[in-house]
Amino acid sequence: MSDVLVLVEHDGTSATRSGAELLTLARSWGDPVAVLVGPADGDLCDQVAGHGARVLVAEPQDPDALLAGPVAALLAALVAAGDVVAVLLPSSVDGTQVAAALGVALDSGVITRAVGVDAALVATISAFAGSYLTTCQVTRGIPVLTVALGASDADPTIRVSAVAPIHVDLPADPATRVRVLSRTPRAVTGRPDLAAASVIVAAGRGLAGDLGPVEDLADALGAAIGGSRAAVDAGWLPHDVQVGQTGKTVAPQLYIAAGISGAIQHVAGMRSARTIIAINSDPGAPIFDIADLGIVGDVFAVLPQAAAAVRARAL
Amino acid sequence: MRIVVLVKYVPDALERGFALDLAVDREVEGVLCELDEYALEVARRAREQHGGEVVALTMGPPDADEAARRALQLGADRAVHVEDPALHGSDALATSRVLAAAVQAIGAVDLVVTGTSSTDAGTSLVPAMVAARLRLPVLLSAARVEVEERTVRIRRDTDDETLVLVGELPAVVSVSDRSDPALYPTARVAMAARRKSVETWSLTTLGIDPAVVGAAGSGTAVRSVTAVPARAAGRILHDDGHAGEHLAAFLAELELAP
Ligand SMILES: Cc1cc2nc3c(=O)[nH]c(=O)nc-3n(C[C@H](O)[C@H](O)[C@H](O)COP(=O)(O)OP(=O)(O)OC[C@H]3O[C@@H](n4cnc5c(N)ncnc54)[C@H](O)[C@@H]3O)c2cc1C
Ligand SMILES: Nc1ncnc2c1ncn2[C@@H]1O[C@H](COP(=O)(O)O)[C@@H](O)[C@H]1O
Repeated sequence: MSDVLVLVEHDGTSATRSGAELLTLARSWGDPVAVLVGPADGDLCDQVAGHGARVLVAEPQDPDALLAGPVAALLAALVAAGDVVAVLLPSSVDGTQVAAALGVALDSGVITRAVGVDAALVATISAFAGSYLTTCQVTRGIPVLTVALGASDADPTIRVSAVAPIHVDLPADPATRVRVLSRTPRAVTGRPDLAAASVIVAAGRGLAGDLGPVEDLADALGAAIGGSRAAVDAGWLPHDVQVGQTGKTVAPQLYIAAGISGAIQHVAGMRSARTIIAINSDPGAPIFDIADLGIVGDVFAVLPQAAAAVRARAL
Repeated sequence: MRIVVLVKYVPDALERGFALDLAVDREVEGVLCELDEYALEVARRAREQHGGEVVALTMGPPDADEAARRALQLGADRAVHVEDPALHGSDALATSRVLAAAVQAIGAVDLVVTGTSSTDAGTSLVPAMVAARLRLPVLLSAARVEVEERTVRIRRDTDDETLVLVGELPAVVSVSDRSDPALYPTARVAMAARRKSVETWSLTTLGIDPAVVGAAGSGTAVRSVTAVPARAAGRILHDDGHAGEHLAAFLAELELAP
């Protein structure tokens, strides 16, 4: 069988969720070859091999540099040397950069943000703020695809692999070198992760800077907190909780939009929630067009009362 | 310092659809991609600091002139519009070929600034593809950009970390909507922009073979498009002083809360 190259993101000891999903997906077209960049310990290599993949650890010769360019060069060399049917990458900024450079190096078509890929390598892409689904295919070269989180399920079955990890050098590229001056991990909030949360309470401009009522209801429901770009731009919420076209796409069981008008770019990120509840003082707000329950009212009255009622019912 | 800003003419958000050949319908009302305004602002500030000129560069149908004009209002000194019937149906691979050639034709470019993604195709590929073709360092998704004499430094915020990256000029930088928005043009700037003309270049100007662009020169093809059914509106409740309680009861009904 032919190989499918998979760029697996990891933190040195375990692969990301995307890594496991991509390795599972890769098996639809061939034998997965996992490329791990940077120091990878034995556990990580075993974990990745457990997905039925051959493991290739790329050792950076220039560890201070951003490695996307060199990684693209390595993947291009692997494609040139072997029998590769496709390259799968995560939909992250780095993954996209590698995909772009690889597409140019191979003169191959590149598809980004696939939310699904079928047996014939036809990718499904969400277009125009989620209002269309398109199918798209690579017509030239070796298909290069970045795949969104959750596009496929990770197969938890452990496979035994007898092949030891192979180590290769990741050479520096002085002409395009970008240096990483610093990396600062983000503080953890203690709330459920937005992308994985089953309940989200989201705040918009209507909260006017006082997030108290949203936090209160989120606490009562054990929910994650999200926000519109207006709320995030105003500095009331951190950027990583923005929902929408330039923020996150979420699909929780329940999405409560508080003081959010329902602009098309916001709806792009939350339209696949199972149930949507909106609270807005303007009966003409477009969010009501997509809400299962729309409450025309003041967030400062409705949210605290809802939080108290949820708590009272729990007793 | 010569700074090129890549700006795209995109369909207005409320008019977006697909043409019969499954390409994005470009006959509808269009605008300068809102996300490219952040790039223009970064370029304008860099010019203010270092002097030189800002050249807006767009590739698109005849109407893309409007995006070029808007870019002039938002601070560009010059605008170049690459237009050719053969360009119809170009994907990121083909588009980046044309834009990279145009950057080279503009010449002596110190910095290329772009948006993070177009609001129609939205591949986020073009910036890094242009950089790969020109063999330049690329710094993507900048929330902050500091342009120095010889280097550019950006901050990128991801879910897990904040990165500070630095690259030597010439370089390509893509700017996110977490960066500062463009200033609304003053009447004086808008007037001055109206007097400037947009330079129109064809594939011949750039010496590009029409066979390597457009649908024929692309590496991807759209096979089908399906409109996602709109969600139906549900129940509307006017707060009578008990809406919060109704909300809690609704959650209990759906077994989403006690
Ligand atoms: C290219 C592009 C990308 C974008 N990406 C995103 C994105 O990813 N995410 C995103 O969210 N936006 C995005 N936007 C911005 C988007 O267009 C809207 O501007 C934004 O979503 C508005 O946020 P909002 O609903 O909180 O604010 P507004 O539209 O100002 O709405 C506030 C709402 O609160 C209501 N309200 C006020 N006071 C109260 C009260 N006391 N009680 C109840 N209701 C009250 C008002 O009636 C109003 O409906 C993008 C825009 C562009 C151009
Ligand atoms: N046709 C085009 N003309 C000029 N700039 C473009 C064009 N297409 C893409 N770009 C630039 O590349 C960025 C990313 O676009 P995309 O790769 O289409 O998501 C945009 O924000 C623009 O800055």
